[in-house]
Amino acid sequence: MSAQAVLFDAPGPKAKRRHFILTIVGSVAVVALLALVLYQLGARGQLEAAKWTPFLTGSAWLNYLIPGLIGTLSAAAVSVIAAGILGLLLGIGRLSAVSALRWLSGIIVEFFRAVPVLIMMIFLFILFSRNGVFLPSVNPFMAVVIALTLYNGSVIAELVRSGVSSLPKGQAEAGLSIGLTPGQTLRSIQLPQALVAMLPALMGQLVVVIKDTALGYGITYSELLNQAKNLGSNYSNTLPAYMVAAVLFILLNYAMTKLASAVEQRLKRRGHTAAPVTNSMPNIVQGHAEPGDVSTEEAQAAR
Amino acid sequence: MGAIFAKYDIFGAFLVTIELAVLSAIGALLIGTVVAILRMSPVPVLQLVGTSYVNLVRNTPLTVLMVSSILGVSFILGLSWSDNAKTNAFIWAVIVLSVYHAAFVCEALRSGVNTIPAGQAEAARSIGLTFQQSLTEVILPQAFRGAIAPLGSTLIALIKNTTVVAVIGVSDAANLMAVIIENETGGVLVFGIFALGFVILTLPVGVWFTSLSRRLAVKR
Repeated sequence: MSAQAVLFDAPGPKAKRRHFILTIVGSVAVVALLALVLYQLGARGQLEAAKWTPFLTGSAWLNYLIPGLIGTLSAAAVSVIAAGILGLLLGIGRLSAVSALRWLSGIIVEFFRAVPVLIMMIFLFILFSRNGVFLPSVNPFMAVVIALTLYNGSVIAELVRSGVSSLPKGQAEAGLSIGLTPGQTLRSIQLPQALVAMLPALMGQLVVVIKDTALGYGITYSELLNQAKNLGSNYSNTLPAYMVAAVLFILLNYAMTKLASAVEQRLKRRGHTAAPVTNSMPNIVQGHAEPGDVSTEEAQAAR
Repeated sequence: MGAIFAKYDIFGAFLVTIELAVLSAIGALLIGTVVAILRMSPVPVLQLVGTSYVNLVRNTPLTVLMVSSILGVSFILGLSWSDNAKTNAFIWAVIVLSVYHAAFVCEALRSGVNTIPAGQAEAARSIGLTFQQSLTEVILPQAFRGAIAPLGSTLIALIKNTTVVAVIGVSDAANLMAVIIENETGGVLVFGIFALGFVILTLPVGVWFTSLSRRLAVKR
């Protein structure tokens, strides 16, 4: 249900006039704000051509931005695959019939969801570089990937659990009644359906992962933000460099979010899977960063 | 372990974390409410402003905002809140945390309104309540209850995200942990202490919000 339909009646002549005035006031305010920002940038010489032309040259892209994007995307890709595997294992662990396994997975999941990713990264980075666990050049990458894997693996474990528990009860009952063991029921009946239903939420999690790779800035991992900083100090255009990095991040994540909701729509149209699982669904004791990243509306309406 | 507690002010660092979380939570709630009002208004231009805010802020990494606030806006544009570098960084940290989480607060409030079936508003209008009456007596009480759960996860995320201020040199828990692990032996223990600190900060918030949202849930 759209918020407007709940909140407002169809406007009459008086309300239409009021909306017209608000439209003008709003537009003027936006234009004034943009003008103020541009004026401030111009007054500090940030709009000079010399600060922006480097982005039109090949070397800024080849030496800084593209390596930065590769750093961000490779860390995100490795983390998301590893987190998917870890999350599946922990999720199965939480659904296990063995209570010790259930408890152990529960504690691991709750712990890694409660601890900030940056703290894990810093700890792992110092640990790795002091003990020489990996090559010095690989240490930051490994710290970023392992920290992201542990955190997002725990989040995905919760998605797996809520995906399985949101399936109709009859699915598991049917599996058990034809003589499958609980483990077989989980593997061959519940998980395949839950994973398909989880797909949009998993893709939404990829946005979180891409954003969190920027935390690698704190431990000298050469991702997009770090490269933008280097670019800024080399061409002495720090602010434009950050702006370009921000725009690249926004485009990347916005495309990902759109893709996730397209997949969600497609699953809904197909109509023979369980209701899509979203990140903000039943278990809300989750410390994960983006409540409602993937259309909270559906999750809320489904409740 | 006792030596580490005696030598470093771990409680003080967590106090900074808590201060950041409380101030930013208030800021995020204020900004987020304004953005939510814009986004849900019947005027297309205002909706566009609200939607662009949410999409821009939500898709930018917090680290990018944090770093460009200090290295970009403060140093280059000269927008500084205090001559003391530490105070300046702290104020910028609160602003950036508020602005970032406001986008999620807006979405939480909006999802709260979205839990309300249109029939509720139609019923309110048809028994002759004015716009204001239906808003305060029918819509907002239900919207608030529906928004509790997502607001809770936003608050937990905010508490954990305060650690990002370490990259601009605010002396919070994450910053102190890096210093201690760098200088002392027994890194695993130090990490354990700080991780436990965050578990203690976030777990009760989660439990409280879950029970609150269950207790106040609108039965449909």
